[in-house]
Amino acid sequence: MKLAGRIAYRIVMFALTIAFVTALWELYKIVGPQDGGKFLGVRILPRANDNAMPHVSTMLSRYSRPEVRGSDKKIWIVVLSGAWFSLRLSLVGFFLGTTIGISLAVLMARFNVIRRGLLPYLVMSQTVPLIALAPLVVSWGGKLEIGSFVWPRWLSASILGTFLAFFPIAVGTLRGLTSAPSAALELMESYAASWKQTLFKLRFPAAVPFMVPALKLGASGAVVGVVVAEISTGLKGGIGRLIIEYAREATGDPAKVFTAVFGAAALGLTMSGLVAFSDLFLMRNRPKETST
Amino acid sequence: MSAAANISAVEVVATSKIFNQGSDKHVDALLDVNLSIQSGEFVSLIGPSGCGKSTLLRLIANLLESTQGSIRVNNKTAAQARLDQDYGMAFQQAGLFDWRTVRKNIELPLELKGWDKDKREARAIEMLGLVKLEEFGNMYPWQLSGGMQQRVAIARALAAHPPLLLMDEPFGALDEMTREYMQGELLRICAETSTTVVFVTHSIPEAVYLSNRVVVMSPRPGRILEVIEVNLGSKRNEQTRAADGFFRSITAVREALRGTHAEHVAANAIRGAEDR
Repeated sequence: MKLAGRIAYRIVMFALTIAFVTALWELYKIVGPQDGGKFLGVRILPRANDNAMPHVSTMLSRYSRPEVRGSDKKIWIVVLSGAWFSLRLSLVGFFLGTTIGISLAVLMARFNVIRRGLLPYLVMSQTVPLIALAPLVVSWGGKLEIGSFVWPRWLSASILGTFLAFFPIAVGTLRGLTSAPSAALELMESYAASWKQTLFKLRFPAAVPFMVPALKLGASGAVVGVVVAEISTGLKGGIGRLIIEYAREATGDPAKVFTAVFGAAALGLTMSGLVAFSDLFLMRNRPKETST
Repeated sequence: MSAAANISAVEVVATSKIFNQGSDKHVDALLDVNLSIQSGEFVSLIGPSGCGKSTLLRLIANLLESTQGSIRVNNKTAAQARLDQDYGMAFQQAGLFDWRTVRKNIELPLELKGWDKDKREARAIEMLGLVKLEEFGNMYPWQLSGGMQQRVAIARALAAHPPLLLMDEPFGALDEMTREYMQGELLRICAETSTTVVFVTHSIPEAVYLSNRVVVMSPRPGRILEVIEVNLGSKRNEQTRAADGFFRSITAVREALRGTHAEHVAANAIRGAEDR
């Protein structure tokens, strides 16, 4: 089947890319200067010693050893549960971001006034540095009291994920919704179709090729938002917290931080993988692939 | 067809259309147009680019509002006729939805009308038979040739059995061979369904071959210069394209288009000079 072939092709390409990067890493460790290359006192080549660049095999074998000496908890379990924690926060953020992004896009497609008024502010919102925003959101969340609802700390991290996710989704969906050719819109008008009918039977299907890459961006945005929020607010349990904790031990145990970094990368890949999978499904009957 | 004769399908009275009235982009698209189309008639609108023939079609379809005058379709206001889906429409680009199968494309107007699934399917299959594409119902539009796509578009336009079909250069993007085949098919389909057709084109032979009457329009502001009757009978086929009457009508349309309609439209004038 064509779909299965495409999935297999992607998996093979992914494996080849990983192998290639690994080979580059190890090659540099062989040819690169141990203490880095300096030019006019500025280090332009990274150190190739085992402290700065541990062997890939060291990093991998680190997974099977305990997190801290004497503990019986293997580090892969800790990283995995951290990634799982962050994945759930990211999913919440992505879900909220998708809902908000698509709703905004529909509103902007429907009302020109809203599009002209809102779009500049949406663009501006993305220039606010996330690091600055994270503590604010946490403190606002802490002050919120809606009946018996208590704002959990993790929700602030999800909200920051939402903040990064909604923007590409809103812009991509808006572009998609307005991409329907005028002849098709005229056709719907000749059928006296309502705006809602046109939205669901023409505009949304026409938007799919634009929405899929936007959702991919949104998914990785949600992960970045959550991880950065975890780091800057010190939220426990997630992969972001593990990265800062392990980074402090980099001198004694250089491979350790990489286990968490790979965990974060795997998390991002999982998220965009989920979207990529929906892409294969949604675009299966389209003339040609438009997404990467 | 004869039973329906003399019943008015489209009534355009003293209609003008001005775009951007009052601004410096002011355009007089149509000026005082009067046109009456009987039920079962095939009428072509022909004229130079920008003469307002597509504008006139869109006024009839109520996709545009006229600035002056009145338009009645099926004895209703044009607006009401659109709401009642009293006409089907086909454009130069087939305009099929890529994400729908051929059959689902044909079902689109029925869906919008709220028909239930079984009825829709039955009608779509009937329409596929009408345009001779029975085996292609489950394929996607982009898997079909341009001519086949245009046949699907016609099937879609006629799916709700509207009494009127409005066509805006539907065969303009097809090659000459396909185009002639489609013209024959269109006449067959219209005869089988006794549909009234308003057809915009800028091909003189196409207008003559298809029409009972050819409406010749002037350059902007669009006015009707002349309405030419084509007397080629109701049964037309490939021999029609070689008949004397065909060439006479072509000459008549051409001269009307030049605005120099000669008195001698007699048989001696033509032959040979006609091919494009």
